[in-house]
Amino acid sequence: MIAIIKYKAGNTASVANALERLEARYFFAETPEELESARAVIFPGVGHAGAAMESLKEKGVDEWLKNTKKPVLGICVGMQLMYENSSEGDTAGLGIIPGSLKKFDESKAKVPHMGWNKLKSTGQHPILKNLIEKNYLYFVHSYYAPVSEHTLATCNYINNFSAIVAKDNFIGVQFHPEKSGSVGSMILQNFLDLVYSPKAANALDK
Amino acid sequence: MLTRRIIPCLDIKNGRTVKGVNFEGLRDAGDPVELAKRYSEEGADELVFLDITATLEKRKTLKDLVVKIAREINIPFTVGGGIKTIDEIEELLKSGADKVSLNSSIVKNPDLINEGSRNFGAQAIVAAVDAKKTGNSWHVFIKGGTEDTGMDALEWMQEVERRGAGEILLTSMDRDGTKAGFDLDLLEKVNKLVRIPVIASGGAGNIQHCVDAVLKADADAVLAASIFHFREVEIKDLKNEMLKNGIEVRPYLN
Repeated sequence: MIAIIKYKAGNTASVANALERLEARYFFAETPEELESARAVIFPGVGHAGAAMESLKEKGVDEWLKNTKKPVLGICVGMQLMYENSSEGDTAGLGIIPGSLKKFDESKAKVPHMGWNKLKSTGQHPILKNLIEKNYLYFVHSYYAPVSEHTLATCNYINNFSAIVAKDNFIGVQFHPEKSGSVGSMILQNFLDLVYSPKAANALDK
Repeated sequence: MLTRRIIPCLDIKNGRTVKGVNFEGLRDAGDPVELAKRYSEEGADELVFLDITATLEKRKTLKDLVVKIAREINIPFTVGGGIKTIDEIEELLKSGADKVSLNSSIVKNPDLINEGSRNFGAQAIVAAVDAKKTGNSWHVFIKGGTEDTGMDALEWMQEVERRGAGEILLTSMDRDGTKAGFDLDLLEKVNKLVRIPVIASGGAGNIQHCVDAVLKADADAVLAASIFHFREVEIKDLKNEMLKNGIEVRPYLN
């Protein structure tokens, strides 16, 4: 089963609904013990990174995440917290992926970056299966992860930034697949396929 | 590049979708959950649900509706109507809404914007402003358009931005339900004063009105109700026309 990390201020209902539409089994997890019983983990994120991080620390979920070998999909703030630092509320992140987040330059365009935008693949990974450049996904964020060696797809708003990242068993998406129509469902299905297919899971380990 | 958004708006009364002219004279437009599903399949980029009974009759039926909608659709949606407290905001977001639209309550208690933005992020807080031309300026109206606050709408919109609203849903009360086109003058002025996205609302009667709102007044999103409910305009046709006019939109059947 898929564990959805439940924490304060996170919109966990939307992710659960998306999994239900894909007929995937899931449960909500709040503690390391609960997470340990899952096949894979989805770490949703809406709202403030600082509040989310504090909520993770309360039950030791932060330490569990840093050390797990299970597939983890971080969404939006869930992806951002995989980095070393978030400038939002000066929150220290989990440090799973090297680098720090930056805030969009408000003098250049409206912030938050909110709405539908396109991706450009820069790598190969099972999470990118069937994704084409005409596909649009739904973004809502004021901070972004710069493009790095872990970037699998970029998006452009004000500047290029990481839209999909992966390192070891961790995958992060800056957009909201649970709110991105049929293309978003496809990305979630790619994650499920990867979780439930041994071949794809091996590819992830290398 | 970020696309402009097409947003069908569903006014809800007693659990049904309704549409009125100038905030009065309501016409039934069907079951909101069914309509929402139809719109998300037809390429709507986002949906807005406003419980228009809520402010006047103090009803709290939004939560049940939000739960039902969130199960059925996979695009973002906003809910509004009589939301007054931080707890109500939290409940609706946790039930699956992406954003809440705040209107009368933030006029009476502007700190709710700051508090909501701080707790849930600016992206979750939509400041809905009902503006009506009064003399040479626009006044902010509240309580479903029944009460003139005397406040200047342009100044108020700058204040909601300063306080942390993520976007503005701007309804021209002069145009709402008339199908005479958006108030481009108002839209253009606001877009020069604020940097957060502005959703144009009130007056959409045909495709050209929506194109004009973007090309002439730089609207980030176009909201309409009856033209979609009664199939006078198909979202697919609107998007194709926008694309022809060089406006970037998420193509139909993405």
